[in-house]
Amino acid sequence: MSVVVALLVGVLASVGTWLILQHTLTRVVLGLGLFANAANLLVLAAGGPPAEAPIIGRDGPFNDPVPQALVLTSIVIGLAVITFLLAVAYRSWTIDGNDQVEDDIEDRRLAAEERARKGTRG
Amino acid sequence: MPILLLVIVPFVVAAAVLAPGGRVGRGAFWVAALTMAGVLAVLLAGAPGILDGEVDQESLTWVGDLGLTLAFRVDGFGLFMAVIVSGIGLLVFTYSSAYFRGHHGGASRPDVGRIAGLLLAFGASMLGLVLANGFFTLFLFWELTSVTSFLLIGIDDRRVAARAAAQRALLVTGLGGLALLAGLVLLGQQSGTTTLSGLIANPPDGTITTVALVLVLTGAFAKSAQFPFHFWLPGAMAAPTPVSAYLHSATMVKAGIVLIARLAPAFATVGPWRPLVVGAGAASLLLGGFRALREQDAKLALAHGTVSQLGLLVILVGIGEPELTYAGTAMILAHALFKAALFLVVGIVDHQTNTRDMRRLAGLGRLLPGLAVIGGLAALSMAAVIPTFGFVAKEAGLHGLLELEGMGAGTVALVAVVLGSVLTVAYSVRIFDGVFLRGVATSTATGVRMEPAPIDPARVHHPRPTFLVSPAVLAALSVLFGLAAARVGEVIAEVAGSLDPKSADKHLVLWPGLGPALGISVATWVVGAATAEVLRRRSRGRDPRPVAATRVYAWCFDGLMRGARRVTGVVQSGSLPVYLGVILLTLLAGLGYGAAKGFPDWTDLPFADSGVEIVLAIATGALALAVIGARRRFTSALLVGGSGYGLALLFLAYGAPDLAVTQFLVETLIIVMFFLVLQHLPDRFRPPPSWAPKALRIGLSVAVGVMVTVFALAVTAGREAPSAGSDYVERSLDEAGGKNVVNVTLVDFRGFDTLGEITVLGVAAIGVVNLVGVARREQRRKRLLDGIDLSDPEALDSADRDARRRFRSIVLSTTSRGLAPMLAVVAVYVAARGHNAPGGGFAGGLILAAAVVLGYLAEGRRSFSPRRASPLLLVGVGLGIAVAVAVTPLLFGGTLLESAIWKVHPPVIGEVKLVSSALFDLGVMVLVTGVVLSALAAFVREPSDDAGASGSALEGAPGDPSREGVSG
Repeated sequence: MSVVVALLVGVLASVGTWLILQHTLTRVVLGLGLFANAANLLVLAAGGPPAEAPIIGRDGPFNDPVPQALVLTSIVIGLAVITFLLAVAYRSWTIDGNDQVEDDIEDRRLAAEERARKGTRG
Repeated sequence: MPILLLVIVPFVVAAAVLAPGGRVGRGAFWVAALTMAGVLAVLLAGAPGILDGEVDQESLTWVGDLGLTLAFRVDGFGLFMAVIVSGIGLLVFTYSSAYFRGHHGGASRPDVGRIAGLLLAFGASMLGLVLANGFFTLFLFWELTSVTSFLLIGIDDRRVAARAAAQRALLVTGLGGLALLAGLVLLGQQSGTTTLSGLIANPPDGTITTVALVLVLTGAFAKSAQFPFHFWLPGAMAAPTPVSAYLHSATMVKAGIVLIARLAPAFATVGPWRPLVVGAGAASLLLGGFRALREQDAKLALAHGTVSQLGLLVILVGIGEPELTYAGTAMILAHALFKAALFLVVGIVDHQTNTRDMRRLAGLGRLLPGLAVIGGLAALSMAAVIPTFGFVAKEAGLHGLLELEGMGAGTVALVAVVLGSVLTVAYSVRIFDGVFLRGVATSTATGVRMEPAPIDPARVHHPRPTFLVSPAVLAALSVLFGLAAARVGEVIAEVAGSLDPKSADKHLVLWPGLGPALGISVATWVVGAATAEVLRRRSRGRDPRPVAATRVYAWCFDGLMRGARRVTGVVQSGSLPVYLGVILLTLLAGLGYGAAKGFPDWTDLPFADSGVEIVLAIATGALALAVIGARRRFTSALLVGGSGYGLALLFLAYGAPDLAVTQFLVETLIIVMFFLVLQHLPDRFRPPPSWAPKALRIGLSVAVGVMVTVFALAVTAGREAPSAGSDYVERSLDEAGGKNVVNVTLVDFRGFDTLGEITVLGVAAIGVVNLVGVARREQRRKRLLDGIDLSDPEALDSADRDARRRFRSIVLSTTSRGLAPMLAVVAVYVAARGHNAPGGGFAGGLILAAAVVLGYLAEGRRSFSPRRASPLLLVGVGLGIAVAVAVTPLLFGGTLLESAIWKVHPPVIGEVKLVSSALFDLGVMVLVTGVVLSALAAFVREPSDDAGASGSALEGAPGDPSREGVSG
């Protein structure tokens, strides 16, 4: 893969990470999408340099079909994941009127108890 | 002998009994009894041959590559144990039928069917355990007995005490089972065999073997309630009495004894074996005896007595001397007979008087003389009084122990057995006296000792004669086997001979002749009876405190729970960004580790493959970067989509047209879906919360980007392996009949992966439909509460018109009306030609879905209404087609997903090649269409969403407290 493509993979992953680290579920979803795009490009480009599409009858050399098949699968699964997360965002919206990723209350309760116990002891 | 059937049939019957739930009555016990009678008959029919030294083996391969087989073997000892399991089972089941009859002929408890089924399942597990030869077969049935025991102890699942006792028993025996498994794995590696018979034939030695044996003994001690694991057994008495008689005295607790008996002849001389066996056995023997002398509850006293007797058995079979192995085998039988009989007798007492407390039973023997005789005979055998079988077995044991010379462990064992026998006589006398004769003294509130009042005859219901049959049979056998000691001894010799050939020439006698062994026995009778009398006179009838080991267990258990809570409190902060941060840091650490080990030289890599690539990369990257600054949700979604389009073009430049097509379609659909969902959500993002410093988040993002770039360069520069897919290119046309290798890979070479993938898609669709469905129902209810009547058709109609007007555009409407059907045709064409040219099921499905979406945008929601045809149905149909195509070759003797290629010659067109995997792709297409439409149908704004709400579609929900904050 060329340096430009490698840099693009890095930029997509970087922006994806930034969005994933937000509290708004919509942004997290978009971040996951960008991160998935970065990974797809990485897998395809790692398979070999640009070449002819692997369709028999055309003049080679062909681009490796296996990474292509993997990435195609990944794209469609990505669609399903994003759709599902959007449904979660929607559900979250109907519950509390926003799509913020809230902290897990049960976990926070446990952690708070733990802190309180430590405090009383020490 | 049909060993597999012997084990499997009872399981099948048990499943049949359990399956109908609570509708099965006490008749289930008769079914179970018949099953056990059948097993017993088969065993007895095969007995003569087995006792002559034949060995039957059967196995069923499970995972051959891992050497996992269900391996069974019937030798003399296996047969002996199986007869005990099925024989006692038969008696316990017939007894249970009467035991679970309600008082005064009233209704029996509702869960009798469950008890019967579980008891039978336990019996089947126990049969498997005693006949198992393979290590993992043994472990499997070992754990099955633990699980059925857990379920039976906790059968009264509304009682806290029963649940706690069941949990305790499961944890102790289950952890013991894990130790056993570890030991067996080590033994298997040391010996190179995974069967008990192979292990005993060629016992390994060395340190690892020693460790393995300690682990195995730990498991056996836990199962057989030996010190320090003895405490679970008294708690297990929470189970109904037939369960206690069967599992916790006669059979399951013998599992450890069985294992020790099998291994002892081969391993008794290994370092810690004898000290451990004698130590644990002696401690249990004495501790159990003492505890049995203090309990006021007859059943609990018997339970402690069982711990004590099991200690005796561990000593006898564990020392590994032929004489003792022989005596131990006889003792297993004696104990099974008298202890089961005593439990059943106590069960009858409990059933007829509603109490087992010996302080309240004084004088019961006069009211129920028959029961007292049965109990008395069994107690005589327990106390090892001549002429019972208990006496015969104990004499043989004492004789063997006296003959041990120069063995330190032997001396300790002898002393322990003698002291234990005194205790045994004492508690046998005490229990019989307490239940049937004088009772146990009690004390007043001020602590003054007083004799118990005789039981009120009105409180005693006379048992039916049939209720007494089972304990009577067991007690009678205890005496008859003693009288026929010589004949029984011959059979025992064959049984013990299969454990240790040197045991085969031993024999049993009723009259041992005057000698030290008899002297010891007589002394134990006298001292034991005197001890019982002394203790009775001093007893104040207080309930004993809980066993110390129980407190230790409770302390450990609480500690475990505290530790788990502490770890959870630290590890699970409950904040998603923190979790994601940890995941990303792990990613960085992994990549960093790789980078630290040095990377290949990438200076030779080209800066760019073409000028187009540079332009596309800059555009894609810039659009992605622009998302960071976007403050509106929809803008963000559009920017991400645009970046995705750029990526699609880049795919095209790479020679991946299939990917490009799919990526275009997916990005488009994602934008549409975002648009639909964002109608419900506020327009702008809230200001980001301050869960972590902005600098940290920026640093993490940049670090991930840099690391991924470095990784990408290193992967490319360091590549040495050839193309993975060149093989596919060569085979594509011949084997799969397709020219588009990517598509052929998806539907043929790696078709099974695709099948899994589309299943995931279907699951996601179901998830979306249900999540949104729940949310909608809730909102509708909220609106109803707000006073808007959804049943008013006029309000709905006007809302529907409003909704459609919002999307209507003359141009769009006109063009899409013609375009949508055309798109549908294109979709089918793209899917069909996919095998030989770019396209395929995924692309076809997405285009088809896009056609419907276009129709929706033009027409409003009427173009597809979830009420007309559920898109989820399409998901099912698509998956069904794909699975059918995948499975069909199996019917014709082919392999999963094997392609069939037909050539047909329709007129005009000429030759057309049909490939079965194209049908598979059709299934994919239908499914993908269904998935996308399901999601769209779910997200589409329904009229009811708008009813009562006015204004822009992108406005927040009414009554939303955050509305003020988001509209600025």
